[in-house]
Amino acid sequence: MTPTVTPTAEAVRTCSLTKRWPSGQMAVDGLDLVVPSGSVYGFLGPNGSGKTTTIRMLLGLINPTAGTASLLGQPMPAGGRRVLPRVGALVEGPAFHPYLSGTANLRRLDRWDATADPATCTSRIGVALERVGLSAAAGKRYRSYSLGMKQRLGIAASLLQPRELLILDEPTNGLDPQGTREVRALIRDLAGDGITVLLSSHLLSEVEQVCTHVGMMRAGRLVAQGGLEQVRRQAGTLRVRVETADVAAAAKVLQDWGLEPQTVAAQAISATLDDADPAGLVAALVHAGVAVHGFQVQRPELEELFVALTGEGFDVAG
Amino acid sequence: MSPVDSVSPVGFTVHRRAGAAWRAFTAETRLVFTRRRNAVLLAGLGLVPILVGIAIKVNGAPSGDGQSGPKFLQQVTGNGLFLIFTSLALMLPLLIPLVLGILTGDTVAGEANTGTLRYLLLVPVSRTRLLAVKAAGALTYAAAGVLTIGVTGLATGALLFPVGEVTLLSGDQVSFANGLLRALLIGGYVLLSLTGLLAAGLFFSTLTEVPVAAMAATIVFAVVSQVLDSLPQLHVVHPYLLTHHWLDFGELLRIAPRSSLLLQGLAVQLGYVAVGVSLAWSRFTSADVTA
Repeated sequence: MTPTVTPTAEAVRTCSLTKRWPSGQMAVDGLDLVVPSGSVYGFLGPNGSGKTTTIRMLLGLINPTAGTASLLGQPMPAGGRRVLPRVGALVEGPAFHPYLSGTANLRRLDRWDATADPATCTSRIGVALERVGLSAAAGKRYRSYSLGMKQRLGIAASLLQPRELLILDEPTNGLDPQGTREVRALIRDLAGDGITVLLSSHLLSEVEQVCTHVGMMRAGRLVAQGGLEQVRRQAGTLRVRVETADVAAAAKVLQDWGLEPQTVAAQAISATLDDADPAGLVAALVHAGVAVHGFQVQRPELEELFVALTGEGFDVAG
Repeated sequence: MSPVDSVSPVGFTVHRRAGAAWRAFTAETRLVFTRRRNAVLLAGLGLVPILVGIAIKVNGAPSGDGQSGPKFLQQVTGNGLFLIFTSLALMLPLLIPLVLGILTGDTVAGEANTGTLRYLLLVPVSRTRLLAVKAAGALTYAAAGVLTIGVTGLATGALLFPVGEVTLLSGDQVSFANGLLRALLIGGYVLLSLTGLLAAGLFFSTLTEVPVAAMAATIVFAVVSQVLDSLPQLHVVHPYLLTHHWLDFGELLRIAPRSSLLLQGLAVQLGYVAVGVSLAWSRFTSADVTA
């Protein structure tokens, strides 16, 4: 039987996805996640905010208490057999048999894969190991791997087959800065091939550099979601800062524009920009004869939004 | 939906290949047999007939009514073939359940414990298939265990004691070839007798992420069954106990085995397998995999 594939605009979509543990604890609460096809989606939130539980539900490892989830247009967990071969995943850290080598572990996974071609097994393993820079350690036992090498082997396992969607849960955990940079480059690379990437992290810095979209979780709820720019705008409106010797005249122009300037330094005023066009504002200042020494549009920091939305204890510094 | 393609937008096909079940089975048996602990246990099983053989050779079989010591001990000095049977009788109560308890307890719980279970499920492997392959792997290991005991028992018996025409328990004489055939049948019966234990172990293994707990539960299950079997007051339930018919393989050493007894033993195992596998399946296919 050959399953048909309907391309969808959304690689991942959940509707009111909810997980309540038998203990009564609410792990995920009415989640509406939308990961557009072709995006690199940063799934952010502090440890324990429900990211991994969500990912486990997406992949059919645990059953939602309520709500639905779909991957590549297929409902989960019902469509798992059809859709999971097209999805690579790293969930809650890598896990392999400690006394087998990296290659033997990958070969074992490949043997279990009913869709895998045994003839190309060795070459696919070689390519995957090469891609994560693990070729030299391929024959070593997994137990002797460093944390970073284990993480790389986990990513290699998710690349044994061509994928349409990669779900990577904290993929840079335990990696050194160089390794982190390499994984980031790899993700960019994969995204360049047209693969949708859902990347969970508790580190803002990690996500901000590669993502096109972000979602932020706090205590099982999604508190922000959308394109990076869109969410950034949510962090607060743009502010304008005007440096001039003639503060009063500048302030009057800004007031005429309906802004509320505040004096922030001896020779500088600042105001939230709202919907005002910065270029027009500069022209108006110049037209009013204000000697503008400096004009700056200040973008809100995503980091501040994260801290504000996800609460204290959020490890922004890493 | 268009019926045209199995080709996804990225351009690769997703379909099951022929021989997929066999490949998964080889992956599992490789893991089972190359794991050092399992290999050592298997070697240990093979060592017991050698030790028993040497002990009988050195000290001689006890004289008496045949009620002391394990079954068939008296016959060993007469025919080395009986070393297989006395070894099986000696190891069935505890040693074999111990080894198989360790193995089956590890099947699902071991994968859950290392976290590899989630990655198998994401390959994807359907939970039913995963359970079936795990069960097949455990059965293969049990078969290897029985075979090992048989082979080392036969080799040691042939080296230390006379072989040749076999005097059956019923007193009849049969050829050595006939005796070997009976040994094969006994091996088959013993293996089938162990399937109930394997199914129970598989079920216990789906209940926990701690392999040792599942191992202990499986071993305790076999031991409790034998304790109950030894209480005359409970004779009503005796025929239904997991271990009650285990030593009935001796029937195959009679010229006219009571087949009803043997079939009863197999029926009991079938019952345990049906219940054990159903419970394991319903538990495993519905459980949240949080490991």
